[in-house]
Amino acid sequence: MKAQTQTANLTIEKKTQHISGAEAVIRCLLAEGVDLIYGYPGGAIMPIYDELYKYQDQLRHVLTRHEQGATHSAQGFARVTGKVGVAMATSGPGATNLVTGIADAQIDSTPMVCITGQVGKHLLGSDAFQETDIVGISTPVTKWNYQITEASEIPEVLAKAFYIARSGRPGPVLIDITKNAQFDTFDFEYEKCTSIRSYKAVPDIDKGQLLEAAKLINAAKKPMIVFGQGVILGEAEEEFKAFIEKTGIPSAWTILGLSALDSKHPLNVGMVGMHGNYGPNKLTNECDVLIAVGMRFDDRVTGNLATYAKQAKVIHFEIDPAEVDKNVKTDVAVLGNAKETLAKILPLVNENSHKEWLQEYRSHDTIEFEKVIKDELYPTKEGITMGEVMKEINSKTGGKAVIVSDVGQHQMMACRYAEFTQTKSNITSGGLGTMGFALPAAIGAKMGAPDREVIAIIGDGGYQMTIQELGTILQTKAAVKIVVLNNEFLGMVRQWQQLFFDKRYASTEMVNPDFITIAKGYHINAKRVTKREELASAVEEMLSTEGSYFLEVCVEKENNVFPMIPTGASVSDVRLS
Amino acid sequence: MANQKSYTISVYTENNVGLLNRVSSIFLKRHINIESLTTSQSEIENVNRFVIVATMDDSQARKIVGQLEKQIEVIKAYAHTDEETIYQESALFKVASDSLFDERQIQNIIKDSHANIVTVSREFFVIEKTGRRHETEKLYQDLKPYRLLQFVRSGRISVTKEPMNISEMLTAF
Repeated sequence: MKAQTQTANLTIEKKTQHISGAEAVIRCLLAEGVDLIYGYPGGAIMPIYDELYKYQDQLRHVLTRHEQGATHSAQGFARVTGKVGVAMATSGPGATNLVTGIADAQIDSTPMVCITGQVGKHLLGSDAFQETDIVGISTPVTKWNYQITEASEIPEVLAKAFYIARSGRPGPVLIDITKNAQFDTFDFEYEKCTSIRSYKAVPDIDKGQLLEAAKLINAAKKPMIVFGQGVILGEAEEEFKAFIEKTGIPSAWTILGLSALDSKHPLNVGMVGMHGNYGPNKLTNECDVLIAVGMRFDDRVTGNLATYAKQAKVIHFEIDPAEVDKNVKTDVAVLGNAKETLAKILPLVNENSHKEWLQEYRSHDTIEFEKVIKDELYPTKEGITMGEVMKEINSKTGGKAVIVSDVGQHQMMACRYAEFTQTKSNITSGGLGTMGFALPAAIGAKMGAPDREVIAIIGDGGYQMTIQELGTILQTKAAVKIVVLNNEFLGMVRQWQQLFFDKRYASTEMVNPDFITIAKGYHINAKRVTKREELASAVEEMLSTEGSYFLEVCVEKENNVFPMIPTGASVSDVRLS
Repeated sequence: MANQKSYTISVYTENNVGLLNRVSSIFLKRHINIESLTTSQSEIENVNRFVIVATMDDSQARKIVGQLEKQIEVIKAYAHTDEETIYQESALFKVASDSLFDERQIQNIIKDSHANIVTVSREFFVIEKTGRRHETEKLYQDLKPYRLLQFVRSGRISVTKEPMNISEMLTAF
């Protein structure tokens, strides 16, 4: 093994050499700085796995228990590091199992490269064993995809794949490689891709628009910022902080913008959207200038568009031209990446403090605390609430943990109540709402940030969608802390059934297995908490355990998430009960 | 659904396998029916041009163009109304040869419509007509009584009144 690798290392010096397509794939990954990939082998990708075996001390492959897990792990890794996540699968079912993760990465702008094996070129279109048209299938959910049928195409196409995945507004790329292209040999030479003539990754900033935006901001009496993941993806956290601190503008976040700004920052006014905070939702319809930074006005953020911020002038700082005026008509759009735009606008805006206006958010906070938060964080009734679990985690981690949440009520509770002091720390499936995301994503996040505490918050429904990834934890010893908030229901659907379908609980009640026995079967330390007085010590035990840990908290069965903007309602009609 | 009108979407692209799928999926995702689609080389070497006709409103047309331009291999996309373009369609009509000789009227139809006879054989003859939709449609109606064996009409091809400036854009990349 060692001798082989040494040869590989030595030969890297020489510029051109004759190698197989499969080896070329590995060499391309190494040249792109990849040292960790997730995947699952199979017939059509075996030549590449054979090369992975030879290069295993330079490139670690993590065997997930399902290809979907590979994509979510790659996503978790990408979200916590900012690097491109890589997932690999064989043809046919291997490839189709990637699709959910690819769609998730597309809608949440996560940089990811997926490599799939494909039947030999001579078999394409013959309905060969494990042949599927993955390029056709993945087209609507990829930023770019391509089928390689000749070994010589590999370096250029993979270089493009990484450039496209990470540049501009990031996204997933799928490269399908026929088996003959993996076996064939050719003269390998690698050159990084730095531009593509038909693709402008980052639009130029228009000086005129920037001046217009500054003019509006300087004249505003009640300005409000809504920031999204664009701040994190653009690594613009410092510039953003400088901008809000100079202008004194209250700043609310979308679910994917969470953790870009310290939870305790005095200008952080909470979350917008369906289960966001009372103040920022209500005041969206009272501000005079709405500044959207790196966000896309998702329907879960805006509620009814016909009554969304109609009184306000809207400024949109955005990297993707297709997002401008897509849902909300803007008055001033400044294209460009958030980092550069915010740095450039800083000298153009006046120092300000909107004390009275900020106070309006705080008054709304008081109302929300009395009507919602108090009962969630300091419950007096018997059942454990999801909120108090998050409060316990906050107090033990000091907001330093990476929180990976799944999809549903617990996700809303995690995002509402988790505290963050560091960026790239909130990892959740925002746009696609993929149940089963959290467990594999937490594995990827832990591998991307091995020195940080990574806590997955999952419901009992979503947990069972990718529960097999406990096997990946067992095999890799990834020290992921898993918290399942078990209410024996598909809670969010049940909440809607209660509120909008006269409590007809169609197929939302779950009869669950013994999760503790399952965790122990995978040799993971596990504990179940059913009483409030056990909670603090159980969280303590989980965090002080060296390896992975599974904590099941049996929470109140029929609690609801509030505030809530019912579908089709206006942000100002946000309900507190 | 107000303000629906016919738009000609022109898309300049690299010439790659699979791009047609990517372009058409953007219409599919928004449930917009493609009425005609033509693809050919453009005035620039190695650059293809799609001409797509679809009915939508102004805001949909703008968003479709945005989504198209976002695709990696799309160089530039445009939406134009009928007034902004010069456009034509081509149609072929296959008619049984005996009608040509038995029905005197058919020769007048061909003459009046300024159509061309592409080929004549013992069994059939083929007429070609290029023009606006109403012109090919009129010829179709006129020929229909005379044993029309086959009829086919191409997608719209169009050029714009305004310049496109694609070459300049490509050199700037």
